[in-house]
Amino acid sequence: MLLSLAQSALPIGISGIEKRFGAVSILSDLSLDVAAGEFLTLLGPSGSGKTTLLMILAGFVRANAGSIKVGGEEIITMPPHKRNIGMVFQNYALFPHMNVFHNIAFPLKQRHVSAAETAERVERALDLVQLKGLGERRVDQLSGGQRQRVALARAIVFEPRIVLMDEPLSALDKSLREHMQIELRNLHRRLGMTTVYVTHDQREAITMSDRIAVMNAGRIEQIDQPEVLYARPQTKFVAGFIGESSFVPVESRNGSVWYEDRKLRMTTTAPSAGRHLMVVRPEKLRLVADADEAGGVNLLPATVGDVIYQGDSFVCYATLRDGRQVTLRDYCRSDVLAKLPAPGEPITLGIDAQDVVLVADQ
Amino acid sequence: MSLASASLDHASRRDGALNGDALNADARREARGMLALLSPGLFLVFAVIIVPIGWLFWLSLFDESGQLSAANYARFFEQASYIKTFVTTFKVAFTVTGACILLGYPLAYMLSQLPRRAASICLIFVVLPFWTSVLVRTYAWLVILQRKGLVNTWLMDLGVISQPLPLANNFAGVVIGMTHIMLPFLVLPLYASMKTIDVDCLRAGMNLGASPAATFRQIFFPLSLPGLASGVVIVFVLCLGFFVTPALMGGGKVIMWAMRMEQTTSLYSNWGAGAALGVVLLGVTLALLGLFHWLLGARATGVWSRR
Amino acid sequence: MSMENALPISHRQRLWLYALGGLVMLFLIAPSVIIVIMSFSGSSLLEFPPQEWSLRWYESYFGSLEWRDATIVSVKAAVMTAIVATLLGTAAAYAINARTLRLTGLINALLTASLIIPVILIGIGTFFLYARIGLNNTLTGLVIAHTVQALPLVVLTVLSGLRSYDMNQEMVARSLGANRFSAFFQVTMPQIRFSIVSGALFAFITSFDEVVVSLFISGGETTTLTRRMFNALRDQIDPTIAAISTCLIVLSIVLLSAAQLFGRGR
Repeated sequence: MLLSLAQSALPIGISGIEKRFGAVSILSDLSLDVAAGEFLTLLGPSGSGKTTLLMILAGFVRANAGSIKVGGEEIITMPPHKRNIGMVFQNYALFPHMNVFHNIAFPLKQRHVSAAETAERVERALDLVQLKGLGERRVDQLSGGQRQRVALARAIVFEPRIVLMDEPLSALDKSLREHMQIELRNLHRRLGMTTVYVTHDQREAITMSDRIAVMNAGRIEQIDQPEVLYARPQTKFVAGFIGESSFVPVESRNGSVWYEDRKLRMTTTAPSAGRHLMVVRPEKLRLVADADEAGGVNLLPATVGDVIYQGDSFVCYATLRDGRQVTLRDYCRSDVLAKLPAPGEPITLGIDAQDVVLVADQ
Repeated sequence: MSLASASLDHASRRDGALNGDALNADARREARGMLALLSPGLFLVFAVIIVPIGWLFWLSLFDESGQLSAANYARFFEQASYIKTFVTTFKVAFTVTGACILLGYPLAYMLSQLPRRAASICLIFVVLPFWTSVLVRTYAWLVILQRKGLVNTWLMDLGVISQPLPLANNFAGVVIGMTHIMLPFLVLPLYASMKTIDVDCLRAGMNLGASPAATFRQIFFPLSLPGLASGVVIVFVLCLGFFVTPALMGGGKVIMWAMRMEQTTSLYSNWGAGAALGVVLLGVTLALLGLFHWLLGARATGVWSRR
Repeated sequence: MSMENALPISHRQRLWLYALGGLVMLFLIAPSVIIVIMSFSGSSLLEFPPQEWSLRWYESYFGSLEWRDATIVSVKAAVMTAIVATLLGTAAAYAINARTLRLTGLINALLTASLIIPVILIGIGTFFLYARIGLNNTLTGLVIAHTVQALPLVVLTVLSGLRSYDMNQEMVARSLGANRFSAFFQVTMPQIRFSIVSGALFAFITSFDEVVVSLFISGGETTTLTRRMFNALRDQIDPTIAAISTCLIVLSIVLLSAAQLFGRGR
């Protein structure tokens, strides 16, 4: 029998959150719904308000206004210790004067769980994070990854309604971080707790999340599944923050979209009239011949700049006619390499109709 | 309850702000809790320091017949004994501060250049006197410097002098005793600031061809000045209001500001005059600290005293 | 040997500096050493080095009812000051560190005011106030006045402990179900205990060694040790004071070493 978190997972309804420090607005009218059992990531650059939002959820920062409902119950005015939320901090915040067992038993002690049950539940939690038998270790005898696991065990052992994590992997080195990402993901799948995760690392967000809320300057720019967020960014910020993008200016008029004098082929309907930006991902661009246009490809004439070989793939920087630089990435297959002209020569880049994504030009 | 209005934002009281009132109430509750933690300490300071000093200040504005007057302050300029007290006080303060710089700077410099272990052992020589009672140390100097004291006996035994030198119960005794008491107040902040000087700066200086002496003069010394200044201000300010050593080692001949205050109030029960002295002393102290703060910014807070 | 300060200057070139520094260190430590040695002298002449050795000055100290009473008063006042100042100072430091309140600068300035206000002024002011509310020559009055003087040390020591402590730990404890009070006692206090104990030791020694304010507000039944010593020194140089001084020096060493030991045991 595992910790029975799946049954207790609850949805979170966040609405109308306002947070100001003096005259500076940190969060403005922020609303967000997290489904029961969902793994939702708040992704954004530093200063975007993601950690502040997490702290408001945990109760360590007081919003100026707003509502947070967990399973329908308002918690925004509840003190942190009554919220029943498990929290993992960036630096783990393990208690150095207690051993691993007592760290994990801490929330159970606060709830007056009997000694026998405490021992059993701590044992199970240790097992769950693969630290069986390390209960008697002192915190300073643990490696970074082990501390991370203890912090995690401590945050879930009391079967909280939701789990919050504030950049929990950022202190680990790269390979351990990638390993822990998968492990956290699996743990979430097994336990099914509603999780809100904060990170500034887009790869981490994409690897782990059911949905990602991209935050910028105190607002949520877009909430979507990782694939959708990548393939269909709705704002220039999202397109630029997640993955690499070049932006090509286009114009919408009379129900079609134009790049210079060419009408763009696209699978979505044209946006409102005016200037827009086409999001061009390096891997969506291909080297094409002019004749390919008939096959539904949008053509972008350009001049080859630097070509950088990266072993299995190469990156080609090309300059469009208006002077804008775009980037193309492809695998080093001989047929592709054969088509690649020398720097300074003209080239035609193609982007498929279904890959055309437009965002507002801000 | 103006203190308790922390982190409230009145703008959030606009209509429709979700839970705005409840959150404001919560913020006020937390602020009240914090104020409750502070209030016993603040109350004591208020009752034992602010109220009596304010009261004394009020008293200083009245003459002995109870009339509002500046007589208590005019006395400073009119009575020769007062002027003599101020001159003595500043003379002692300047001499002691100067002696502390001369003795303290080399010691702090040596401490900052020693390896960590050796430095922490040598630091005991500074910290232990710092935490030894002023009375004990003054007594020790009385014993050492008196007419038949250690120094005079030894010097006479060695034949250096034939008559005992007058070392205690005069200006020299006060200066020696006070220098001993004030020295740690200069050395500790100075040492702390010297420790923060980047050794690479000095290595770079030497690497660029400066001799050790030039490196010290042109790089280390200027960088150590803020720490020195903070130590000097602490010592000077403490000297101005110092009581124990001049009272015991001055032999009644060296009357400093604080002693004059004690005499005026205890001996002559002239509270107005004593209070006026106190107000001016506090004013000079705060002015010096303010000037120092203004000159060097909030950087140098230094090691504060317990006396 | 650590390389932290290793400049290309040899120790030999620095001999003059070591000599100078050594002399200043001698100047700092010699009076205490001389007093300790003299306290074991058998003669009342305070000669150095003593011609004969005895414990007569210690006998005179411990045998005197006056000295013993004064010592008891000082110990009582110091213990109570340490307790009160540590409680109030720790509470205040926590509140200052939380930064919930505005005017933190003003609060800080008020709490540490007694560090910059000339002690003589505090002495006269306290005497003046106590004369009206009947606290002169009382232990309560002594403890209150000493607490105000010790408070800044406790606040500053505990505050520096709190600043090097990771507040996330207290937050995590609260999210795990401990209320703020209980989180402080279970998680924060065990980790800043060194600062709290240091603050308490400083408060004790501040009270025990305090002279000027005690001179004004203590007397009669509650004459402190320092006040009695001060008066004795005004009259004559009594070798008994050498014995008392030695005891005070030993006390300082013990308390400082205790603070050091706590620091290492952290």
